[in-house]
Amino acid sequence: MTGAAAIVKCLELEKVDFVFGYPGVAICPFYDSLEDSEIRSILVRTEQNAAHEANGYARISGKPGVCAVTSGPGATNIITGIATAFADSIPLVVITGQVESALLGSDVFQEADICGACESFVKYSYTVRNVEEIPKIFKEAFHIAMTGRKGPVLIDIPIDVQNASLRKFQYPEEVKMRTYKPTVQGNPVQIKKMFQRLAATKRPILCVGGGVHLADAKERVRAFSKKFNIPVVCTMMGLGVMEENDPLFFGMVGNNGKPYGNKAMNHADLIIMMGARVADRSISQPDLITDNKTLIHIDVDPAEIGKNAGPEIPLVGDIASVLDACLEEEGEFHYSSWISELENIKGEIQKVLQKKKEEGMTKNHLVHPEYFLEELNKQLNQDAVYVADVGQNQLWSCANYQMKDGRFLTSGGMGTMGYSTPAAIGAYLADPKKQVVAVMGDGSFQMSMMELATMKQYNIPIKLIVFHNGVLGLVHQYQHKTYHDRFTMVDLTGNPDLSILAKAYGLSYDAISKNEEVSSKITAFLSKKEGGILEVYIDSHEVV
Amino acid sequence: MKKIYSILVENQSGVLAKVAGLFWRRCFNIDSLTVGETEDHSVSNMVIVSSGEKKTLEQVEKQLNKKLDIIKVRTFTETQGITRELLLVKLRYNRENRKDIMENCQILGAKILELSKNQMVIEMCDTPERIQMFLDTLKTVSILECARTGTLAMLKLSEGNA
Repeated sequence: MTGAAAIVKCLELEKVDFVFGYPGVAICPFYDSLEDSEIRSILVRTEQNAAHEANGYARISGKPGVCAVTSGPGATNIITGIATAFADSIPLVVITGQVESALLGSDVFQEADICGACESFVKYSYTVRNVEEIPKIFKEAFHIAMTGRKGPVLIDIPIDVQNASLRKFQYPEEVKMRTYKPTVQGNPVQIKKMFQRLAATKRPILCVGGGVHLADAKERVRAFSKKFNIPVVCTMMGLGVMEENDPLFFGMVGNNGKPYGNKAMNHADLIIMMGARVADRSISQPDLITDNKTLIHIDVDPAEIGKNAGPEIPLVGDIASVLDACLEEEGEFHYSSWISELENIKGEIQKVLQKKKEEGMTKNHLVHPEYFLEELNKQLNQDAVYVADVGQNQLWSCANYQMKDGRFLTSGGMGTMGYSTPAAIGAYLADPKKQVVAVMGDGSFQMSMMELATMKQYNIPIKLIVFHNGVLGLVHQYQHKTYHDRFTMVDLTGNPDLSILAKAYGLSYDAISKNEEVSSKITAFLSKKEGGILEVYIDSHEVV
Repeated sequence: MKKIYSILVENQSGVLAKVAGLFWRRCFNIDSLTVGETEDHSVSNMVIVSSGEKKTLEQVEKQLNKKLDIIKVRTFTETQGITRELLLVKLRYNRENRKDIMENCQILGAKILELSKNQMVIEMCDTPERIQMFLDTLKTVSILECARTGTLAMLKLSEGNA
């Protein structure tokens, strides 16, 4: 058995369905062996998107996403995709081909020190020097990617190791690493302390982040909130953990969140952060959130606890296990006056927001983006996958997300433009029964527009919604505010004609330029069997 | 404040770069760093002395613990540990200062390893403070070369197991 065949065998044993990638000589032995397997390979059109497709796949399937690319430029192209996955703790196993072992370090054609280049944004990386190590390394890589705080693992394999013969293939049954033992169970003493605090407090709030999705603990959070009457807010990555119309849910926090969500955080006397980093976009002044408040921080990664704000009660553990333990606790908590205070704040702010939206709709003759997204959310299946790109489209998407049981995917940590189209492709492949829509701007669309070919080739009927405003909207808005309308580098007059582009790739196409058309055109667009592009014309002066 | 990290790591290539890179990327300063094998060939011991604010130093420890090539991290202050450093210094002497230098060597326990007509090489193994004290006595002497190993450290028996 060759090293390449051994890699394929490892992937089969890990129950991998898809490999996203792009070939080159240095990874050809692997792809040649993959031909003998039932694992499907998806040829992307640029390597960065292989990682984004694997990312979308991982988030919907709950399994690690796998990609394989060649050495040198293939490997360096995938770096942004790896960094994007790392920032959002998405489990990937990335295989890169490498030049011959004997030539390593001699700067031969298509050699890049990819392990060195990726060191700061992989959870771990391997260079395979000996073909006999392949089973052990792959077993470890999948284990590392999927346990503790999840993340990408890189395996760099020189071509001669892929071609070498393995004496005996033996896949380890378990991983034995003296250096890696993530904490899963929460400390019962700390859990007790948390409940003592909850009993003594009057204004608690639970703030949930992307860690809840990663731990697949959405239902547990809903049950916890309901059982103990604890109001909940979320970060951008935590959207979808709570149902939007849950009476105990008070929206997304942060500088792009709902003002009533932020007020809830400010007025609380006890904050439970769960699977959230206390990052700058969610909590603008992390050092102040402990002022006159108790902070309880629950996370699987001990390094996140206390990084941005020092908690009174740190609680390390897998969120699902911690919540299982919490749900066994007894105790009745009533925070009725606090909850009604939050309801009042929410009601009043919602009125203001609604009024602002109505005023915005009459302001100009093009489509009002928030109205459009509100309608879209009403019409989407309740369990749809909604992928937002980066920019104004992302922030409007957060503000209007309504789905009951859907998933909201976006590049939250890294903010990588062009994420939505490839991630939506990966999400669709993970669950073809789900409705998948990607919402993006005309800037982000063009960053990944080569993936229309991937959609065509593999018959992937996802729906792409492109806000056309002819500018890079969020930077345009920033330059409006900060540089007093001195706009530079934001003009997108080179935009292609999307109707012709859609036709070229066999996609349906429609455009909306009036609010009156929004509802009916969304219905028609979503009911189409094939993939398509819906181009939504909005004014370049719309601000978030 | 100063903190000593005694870190047991897998003895394999790239680990030093990973650990050093972690300090560099997060702007944590390294005052000194020593690496050597332990009694087990597969394990190396790194001793890193770093200074900074308490919160930063705690963050360093957490980030170190996250690295998959690191087996164990122990931290302690200078007073909790036994610290040693080795100094080699080559200097030029003359008739006027020769006696002073030799006296200082004797007082502070430094050893003259080589001696020529006008140069000598001195060795000293002691705590970093006493090494500094000795170097301060050489301020008026012309130093040709100076090398320090950086701090080696171990928790004192009286401090128990960290």
